[in-house]
Amino acid sequence: MVSRQPFYLLVFLLFAAGVALVVYRHITFDVPWIPGETRQIWSVEAKVEFDAVGDPILASLAIPSTQRGFTFLNEQAASPGYGLSFTEEESERRAEWSIRNAIGKQELYYRVDMLVDPFAIPSGMSTSPEIQKRIYEEPYASIATAVLERAESRSADHYTLAKELIKELTNLGQESKLLLQHKDAASWTVELLNLLDVPARTVRALKLEDGRRRQPLVDYVQVFKGEQYQLFDPNTADQGQADNLLLWEYHSGALLDLVGGHNSRATFSMIEQELPVNAALSRKYADHDILNFSIDSLPLEEQTLFKGILLIPIGVLVVVLLRILVGLKTSGTFMPVLIAIAFIQTSLLTGMVGFILIVGLGLIMRSYLSHLNLLLVARISAVIIMVIGFIAIFAVIAYKAGLTEGMKITFFPMIILAWTIERMSILWEEEGPREVAKQGGGSLFVAMLAYLVMDNEYVRHIAFNFLGLQLILMAVVLLLGNYTGYRLLELKRFKPLVDESKNT
Amino acid sequence: MSWLSSLASPRALSKKGILGMNERNIAYISRYNPRRLYPLVDDKLQTKEIAVESGVTVPELIGVIRHQHEIKHLKQLLADQTGFCIKPAQGSGGKGILVITGRNEQRFIKSSGVEVDVSSLERHVSNILAGLFSLGGKNDVAVIESLVHFDPVFSDFSFEGVPDTRVIVFKGFPVMAMMRLPTSASEGKANLHQGAVGVGIDICSGSALKAVQFDRPINKHPDTGKDLFNLQIPQWDRLLELSASCYEMSGLGYLGTDMVLDKHLGPMLLELNARPGLSIQVANGMGLLPRLKQIERLGKKGPTRASDRIAYVKEHFCVPSSVQNKPA
Repeated sequence: MVSRQPFYLLVFLLFAAGVALVVYRHITFDVPWIPGETRQIWSVEAKVEFDAVGDPILASLAIPSTQRGFTFLNEQAASPGYGLSFTEEESERRAEWSIRNAIGKQELYYRVDMLVDPFAIPSGMSTSPEIQKRIYEEPYASIATAVLERAESRSADHYTLAKELIKELTNLGQESKLLLQHKDAASWTVELLNLLDVPARTVRALKLEDGRRRQPLVDYVQVFKGEQYQLFDPNTADQGQADNLLLWEYHSGALLDLVGGHNSRATFSMIEQELPVNAALSRKYADHDILNFSIDSLPLEEQTLFKGILLIPIGVLVVVLLRILVGLKTSGTFMPVLIAIAFIQTSLLTGMVGFILIVGLGLIMRSYLSHLNLLLVARISAVIIMVIGFIAIFAVIAYKAGLTEGMKITFFPMIILAWTIERMSILWEEEGPREVAKQGGGSLFVAMLAYLVMDNEYVRHIAFNFLGLQLILMAVVLLLGNYTGYRLLELKRFKPLVDESKNT
Repeated sequence: MSWLSSLASPRALSKKGILGMNERNIAYISRYNPRRLYPLVDDKLQTKEIAVESGVTVPELIGVIRHQHEIKHLKQLLADQTGFCIKPAQGSGGKGILVITGRNEQRFIKSSGVEVDVSSLERHVSNILAGLFSLGGKNDVAVIESLVHFDPVFSDFSFEGVPDTRVIVFKGFPVMAMMRLPTSASEGKANLHQGAVGVGIDICSGSALKAVQFDRPINKHPDTGKDLFNLQIPQWDRLLELSASCYEMSGLGYLGTDMVLDKHLGPMLLELNARPGLSIQVANGMGLLPRLKQIERLGKKGPTRASDRIAYVKEHFCVPSSVQNKPA
């Protein structure tokens, strides 16, 4: 006898690979175990307003990309008459509008959808800016030096230095008041940090609050320590980035560059949306990524097709379980799976009624055909045409009667139905109607079970999102193929054998 | 839960050595029956040929119809025949077997007593050729053979139809036997699941051990009222010998042989089955596994000649007459 060890090793490998794939996908791509979870999306709209006097206009607005805590999903811009382009330079993205001449009040709109995503992979965020040392006039030079010295003496590293510096600048003392008259706290903080060779820059951020309109950007100080950075609020010296803080401009550039207009300002409106996880993820991974092996990367139409196919192994497993472990007889091994797939399209009740109607009518017509003494292939072909006829008639009648559900009867696999009718008809002739009811009922029962499993929200979610499941199913089916124990129905069948030995 | 009590515990079954369907398929059929030998038993014509070659008695072949255009010769072929049966060479489970027991001038009398004309037989043959009764619907040939004149010793044990004897032959050892008696419930067919009576037969003596119908024990034939425990198969040794020799003839290690008793010719082979069912255990009131395992343990050291194998079986698998649960 062949050693079973390689077999069990194979099963184990399949199983382990399947579980690993599933877990990997859950962890890396944040695919949840249960369906119905939603992800938060912020739609932020920037409105740029300015006055034009008839000169050519070039307006360039800084726009955000994927960053810590947020994944960029998509964007759109609207402004009639303007030419529009998106530019990206050293990961700094800008939207640029242009027009030859415009007069009067102008409004430009830019809208971006950002996914709240703790697993976001930032694009080019942590390049520290160049150090720029400035020389100040008196009295600012001496005050600044004093402030800086005090802050430095109380600090240990870049971050604590920044914190102490902001505290000094916002302590409302004589010195700080004088400094703040000249420049704002954020600019002072950045410039003074630069004097001590600490890379820092002012970034412009947006506090996300649902339904807010015409919000301005707020300034934050970004302080670098190597590749790492921290954000500081220049008014309170608070360290860290709140979850609802979206960085909008963070490349040491201007928020808005405008040529040819004046009185410009940019304001922001935002709304929060809940999006089902699948939709959110498919938008996140819309860009093809070889490593991201999932059906989300397929076009939508192919996705739907694939989702149907991915359910078949589940139905097949149900049949395998019922045949090997329970011992149910069905007419045609996997016919119930195909019927179950049809049920998914038609809904259970319509499907059952349709199936019984078609097979019942088919059996009646088939009994006439058997008198005609036809060759087998011709007879089955006749049954197929008959089945199509029934389906057409049912669909039309149902439609006329206003039952749109009835139209779905066309989803039944016709060739399979024809063979089912043929087999049942022979069964009827040879073994009588009881056996037909038994096998037909058995098939319908298995189909119903397969349908209930395949249509289950959780099963569908897992099957669509975790392709590793297919490997696990494979391992289970292989193991079942090796099962030599009794079937459930055999326990009943052989019961008399056990009873006897008790009596004697 | 009441339905649970209608189930046997798997441990109890396993203790009795009952062979289940899954284990039969994996541990016996797929291990001992090479796939390439299946056509020998699935095609009754081939079975007949190899049986004749190796000197096993089979019912006489009247003719074979291989093509639709040969059907018109059917009438001529059957001109002198009174009792015969038409079967698909590759039929399964007794499907498509038409038994004609007599003639009424030009009309044929079926075993059920219904008279049919020759066109009805032609249609039946046409269905056979088209593959209606064969596995997977592939084209088939129709085999016409003379009717077995079954031994009148069984006439009181059977309702219409022909009773046959199923012997499970494992690696050439006849391990268990059962007689299948048609009843009115089974419409004259010898299929247990249709209601035929299964009688467990002591492998040593050919006498009845126990009888069941629909898997439940009975004592008397439901139609004739005959006490089933009086059943004794004549020429038992000859029948065992024929069964055992089917191993060499077919090469199949796990085999069901269906034997009938002809009034003139004695035991003869009706057909072979590469996937014999499990009801024989119910009819015998015992599991197959202990005997199968005992023979597996013999390995290559066991007896090789058919007569030695039978002697081995008679030595080891006898049911002592005290245990034979004859009802008072």
